[in-house]
Amino acid sequence: MTGETLPPKRWSRSSLTLGLLFFVLALVTVGGFFLLDTRGVDVGGAFAQTGKDLATLFLQPAAVHFTAPEAIQGVALTLALGLLTTVFGAIPAFFGGLLAARNLGPAWLSLTLRGFVSLIRAVPTVLWVLIFAIGAGLGSVAAVVGMTFHSFGYLLKAYSEAFEEVDQGTIEALRASGASWTSVVAQAVVPGALPALMSWTFLRFEINFTTAVAMGAAAGAGGIGFDLFMAAGYYFNLREVGYITWLILIVAAGLEFGATRLHEANRRSGARP
Amino acid sequence: MSPAADIPGIFRRRQLWGGLGLILILAATVGSAVLAQFDFFEGFAAFPKAFAWMGTNFVPDARAWGNLPKILTRLGETVVVSIMATTTAAVASFVLAILGSRTTRFHPAATLVVRVVASLGRNIPVVAWAMIFLLAFGQTFLTGFLALFIESMGFLTRSYLETVDEASAAPVEALRSAGTPWAPLVAQAVVPSVLPGLASWMLFMLETNIRSATLVGLLTGTGIGFLFDLYYKSLNYPSAALTTVAIVVAVLLLEGLSTALRKVIL
Repeated sequence: MTGETLPPKRWSRSSLTLGLLFFVLALVTVGGFFLLDTRGVDVGGAFAQTGKDLATLFLQPAAVHFTAPEAIQGVALTLALGLLTTVFGAIPAFFGGLLAARNLGPAWLSLTLRGFVSLIRAVPTVLWVLIFAIGAGLGSVAAVVGMTFHSFGYLLKAYSEAFEEVDQGTIEALRASGASWTSVVAQAVVPGALPALMSWTFLRFEINFTTAVAMGAAAGAGGIGFDLFMAAGYYFNLREVGYITWLILIVAAGLEFGATRLHEANRRSGARP
Repeated sequence: MSPAADIPGIFRRRQLWGGLGLILILAATVGSAVLAQFDFFEGFAAFPKAFAWMGTNFVPDARAWGNLPKILTRLGETVVVSIMATTTAAVASFVLAILGSRTTRFHPAATLVVRVVASLGRNIPVVAWAMIFLLAFGQTFLTGFLALFIESMGFLTRSYLETVDEASAAPVEALRSAGTPWAPLVAQAVVPSVLPGLASWMLFMLETNIRSATLVGLLTGTGIGFLFDLYYKSLNYPSAALTTVAIVVAVLLLEGLSTALRKVIL
């Protein structure tokens, strides 16, 4: 044999951490299956049943307790809730994002604002909606206010990070030539970050549509989510669940397609010098 | 003609499109408000009202603190179910991504199949999956687990496909031209280069799942979501408040841990 032998490979800190993470997650997962109570459910039978249910659901969709126009109206209401909460969240998040961007404002303000919104985001949306429902009554007002709260938190973080990615050189140059904070923001920061802002906002709209479905089902916000809850949890009508699922799937896939296209267009234009 | 010649025109057109876009969004917002019967003034008034109410009524009291052991047990259950769903989904997504990636697939059709499966998983909302599984699995942790699993699988497969496509193209090409068979090729060239990226996506998914698990639990009568619903519906607001605080602490701890881990891994 010729040549030098390579030194034995050492575990780096990152691969050690990775290994430990996988080990702990695997342990919890396997342990969970043994320890959590299945309350005597026949798991094999339930899987077979779900398979049959899914076949009925997807292959024989039918509307029973509502008409097609009513279902479309339900989808429209859910989309409306998604749009309202996106717009209402985006406006304050835009101004908050400017204040929270580290390249535009003091570090303490950025830390305070981001800490505040991560607190908002730590409360699941459904809890916000239910909490606001006591102050405002169940229905669209509580749903809009609760969902807006979460959108605001999400978008403020995304916007401030988008503002931070604007070319620092441009900002420095404008500042050096005596431009005020407002003109730096209006002339360099906002135009530079605009594609990213649009991309994030549309992504949030996509999320908010799904959230609006969930709030219809879990927090009395109406729309197609409520129809889903009634069909699956009250009438136990699989074909109707299928009808609603198809409707939601088509809208969600369409929105995702739009968001992806927007994201890719921005990535391409951003790659240009 | 030089491209610089029409610069004022470019700006004018951009302003025109921008203005048109704003008008469209404004119109859609007003239309949505009418459709949802949302009253702007009522909405703004709800903020101070809700916070004033929270300040006086939504505060844990002595009785609520007595419920703390029960709350923590349920919360632990929910965290464990979220971890189980995320971990198993990550394994499934990894297999799907290897089968469907441009660099490692057996047949081009596999990519399409994997993409469709993933799209069905993530574009059908987790609420719908929860309601569907509820029919056969009842009020057990399995319902929430399966709903979160399918949803996570949909999201992770999309991200993993991208990661495998991007991270492993060059080494795979090199090993393939050297005649390496498929299995060692995946083990030696793909897995090491994508593992940190996959773990990072998995941590992100875990953060999302802890939040979704509360919602799913509320709908399917399991975990911490069920407990919140119970307190909420029985007007035991101090206990509901403590449940909320417990969830917030768990989410923040997990986020902090996940951020720290990501810094070391990537």
